[in-house]
Amino acid sequence: MNREAELFDALDSTTSTNTKVEALATYFREADDADKLWVIALLSGRRPKRPVTSTQLRQWAAEVSGIPDWLFEASYHVVGDFAETVTHIAKLEERMVKPLAEWVRYVEELKDLSEQEKAARVKAAWAGLEGMELFVFNKIITGGFRIGVSQKVMVKGLSKATGVGEDVLAHRLMGDWSPHTTTFHDLVLGANEGDDHSRPYPFYLAYGIEGPEGTAAGAGLEDLMPLGDPCDWQAEHKWDGIRGQFIVRGGQHYVWSRGEELVTDKYPELEALRKALPHGTVLDGEILAWKDGAPLPFAELQKRIGRKSVGKKLLADVPVIFMAYDLMEHLGEDIRQRPLSERRALLEDIVSNAGQPMLTLSATLPFASWEEIVAHREHAHTASIEGLMLKRLSSTYEVGRRRGDWWKWKVDPLSVDAVLTFSMQGHGRRADLYTDHTFGLWHNGELVTFAKAYSGLTDAEMLEVDAFVKKNTLERFGPVRQVVPELVFEVAFEGISASTRHKSGVAVRFPRIARWRRDKKPEDANTLDDLKGLIR
Amino acid sequence: MGSTGLLAFTPRGIWCEQADVYIDPWRPVDRAIITHAHSDHARRGSRYYLASPITKALMHARLGEDLLIDTLQHGQSVTINGVKFSLHPAGHIPGSMQVRVEYQGEVWVATGDHKRHLDGISDAFEPVRCHTIITECTFGLPIYRWKEPDVIFNEMNGWWRDNAANGICSVISAYSLGKAQRVMMGVDRSIGPILVHGAVANMNTVLQDCGLELPPWEHITKDTPKERFRNALVITPGSALDTSWTNRMKPFSTAMASGWMQLRGWRRRGNIDKGFVLSDHADWDALLLAVKESGAERVIATHGYTDLFSQYLRSVGYDATAESTEFAGEAGADVQDGTRSVDPPGRPETPAP
Repeated sequence: MNREAELFDALDSTTSTNTKVEALATYFREADDADKLWVIALLSGRRPKRPVTSTQLRQWAAEVSGIPDWLFEASYHVVGDFAETVTHIAKLEERMVKPLAEWVRYVEELKDLSEQEKAARVKAAWAGLEGMELFVFNKIITGGFRIGVSQKVMVKGLSKATGVGEDVLAHRLMGDWSPHTTTFHDLVLGANEGDDHSRPYPFYLAYGIEGPEGTAAGAGLEDLMPLGDPCDWQAEHKWDGIRGQFIVRGGQHYVWSRGEELVTDKYPELEALRKALPHGTVLDGEILAWKDGAPLPFAELQKRIGRKSVGKKLLADVPVIFMAYDLMEHLGEDIRQRPLSERRALLEDIVSNAGQPMLTLSATLPFASWEEIVAHREHAHTASIEGLMLKRLSSTYEVGRRRGDWWKWKVDPLSVDAVLTFSMQGHGRRADLYTDHTFGLWHNGELVTFAKAYSGLTDAEMLEVDAFVKKNTLERFGPVRQVVPELVFEVAFEGISASTRHKSGVAVRFPRIARWRRDKKPEDANTLDDLKGLIR
Repeated sequence: MGSTGLLAFTPRGIWCEQADVYIDPWRPVDRAIITHAHSDHARRGSRYYLASPITKALMHARLGEDLLIDTLQHGQSVTINGVKFSLHPAGHIPGSMQVRVEYQGEVWVATGDHKRHLDGISDAFEPVRCHTIITECTFGLPIYRWKEPDVIFNEMNGWWRDNAANGICSVISAYSLGKAQRVMMGVDRSIGPILVHGAVANMNTVLQDCGLELPPWEHITKDTPKERFRNALVITPGSALDTSWTNRMKPFSTAMASGWMQLRGWRRRGNIDKGFVLSDHADWDALLLAVKESGAERVIATHGYTDLFSQYLRSVGYDATAESTEFAGEAGADVQDGTRSVDPPGRPETPAP
């Protein structure tokens, strides 16, 4: 796998996207098909089933390194990545040389072996590889193959090497394939394209309307003006559920989440749509928890997300619907290149012909001026609505995140000032830095934890807070440090609901650090009651 | 604070009460012995200093000509109120020394910062037998194990050569005292010219005046012609990397030479193209070897992963403790390696909504 090690080294040692694309293109031109297919699979989140537990791996790693378990654990927390920790600690003894595809098979074949055999094989690999090759092996066995290359960059490289367009490739690489079910030729060159009924289309994702500071904050009427004539646009609510794609083909139905996960079995109430919709229908929409004609808070939907199969009680308590907002395939024809106005008309027909209560249409909002859009947004602050979507009526259905024709405009987030109470070391580029923070609000003279957040600070602030944590530790709990309650941050979040699962009695959505309130003392922070007052 | 014995940890620094001498004090004192000239070990304000000849020259250049500094050569000793002090090469940077302290048959060694690998500019680390060793442990975890310098310099030459062939300037961030000169000595000079930032030029000049032989280098000024950069290796402190100073070098590729480059997280945070794992500090194996060869029964860990390193030493039978100092604090704040100063305000990764 030295060819792949070279590739990943090259990808790792540049911050330039062009250089990464070039390195990928070179690889895809030169490497063996079987190995290339695995590189595509790994970089698009497809990996062999994990044949060993992380507890086993940790135990074996401590054994081969000859250091105490606690020291391995401590090292892991500094590195922030198990695969990398083992790479640094293992010692090369007898070199093993295999192509990538064979290493993947080596990992897959562990599944049926006894624990001793598994340990022996894994340890042999650790003693037979070093550097980037060892890192890649560890990533294959632990899963989570994130190495700073997005699927988009990989597709660009593949497109450059094969001459197949990026959008076409993005579509071909979607869905339920693995290197065991296809070949490089079939997958990339689309030899058997019609075969896979379950294959979804890539989602079209919108950028946010930006205010004067280049962020969503403070965006207003004047930021809508550049969109031109309001008559050219369609407005809808932006629903706070799970983005999903509903497919009916060949007498089967498939539900895909935006994370490219097949979630058909999780939502049995949508099964009736299989018969109600014509063959060759693909809908884009939102899965929402919905009861008595109104949406339930996202926290309720969350109960459904984690479950593979759902019981009767949960089905009755938290039923879901599919709120459709676009039609990508109509009677077996890919209609993504037709304008939104046409797709919308077809969608409205399909939804009304289906006549099923669990399939609804995302309503368009009436407006004649941008002022009315501003007003719609101000009234959008209710459960399960995150803001507005603006779509150009002439827009085609694009691949991935694009500027220009689709915009989201979220409602302003809610926020409170909270005190930093605990901190943990981060992962990836935050490894060895205290960046995962816990925040508390005052209640009866104590700070009660209400949210964890790690994003939102600049790199410079991140380092400053890290230094503060290291100098002001009260107590350590493994990788977590309790700190002197001194720093105050404005913590913003998208939604809020009462919760019995949280100590604070409140659950917040997407908490993140809005800014560091250096001007505030800890006693100036908000109380838990202030927070509860935000629940509507 | 504490450690009863020949040397004690006090708010001013590591103190020998019997002689009233401090080693690398971080507050002004009457008498100080300095292990090496990096700024967290050699500070202004004390009345009298004792150091190696090279450290003396560097301190005058960095801290001021007015400092009162006596020199002590390797092999010489000085006795103050019955306490015998001598200096022994630490291998960290030019002039760096360990301090051996002996009183009535009891021997302590304060290593300062140290490393094993030869760098062509520093005298080789000398193991010194003692009863108690005070050692740094900047890289005191088993994840830090260095490759041979030859391997690293091969990588570095490969990077420079590829860049030079494509007319891309190679800009490497390396601390101006020690690391910069080590890079100059280690690279293949046939690839192109070595151009340096003013901070590096100053240190080069002092070291050359002390008799150190360095390969040819040029100080970058506003008159340096742009085409001179095309196949050049530019050596600069990290602080200049993200400033307009590098504008004229475009197109360029950036790299950093530091022990912290061992971790992908550090490399990615630095927002640099290439990380070379080249440290002026001992790695895990070298730290353990230094402790072992000293023959010490008692180990005091300072500067770095002190808690974990001393806990490990206790688990294998040493009487080991951790002491906090004001050297460079916890791992990550390593000033010598110059890493902290270059963390640029990079773009945070945006999570998918």
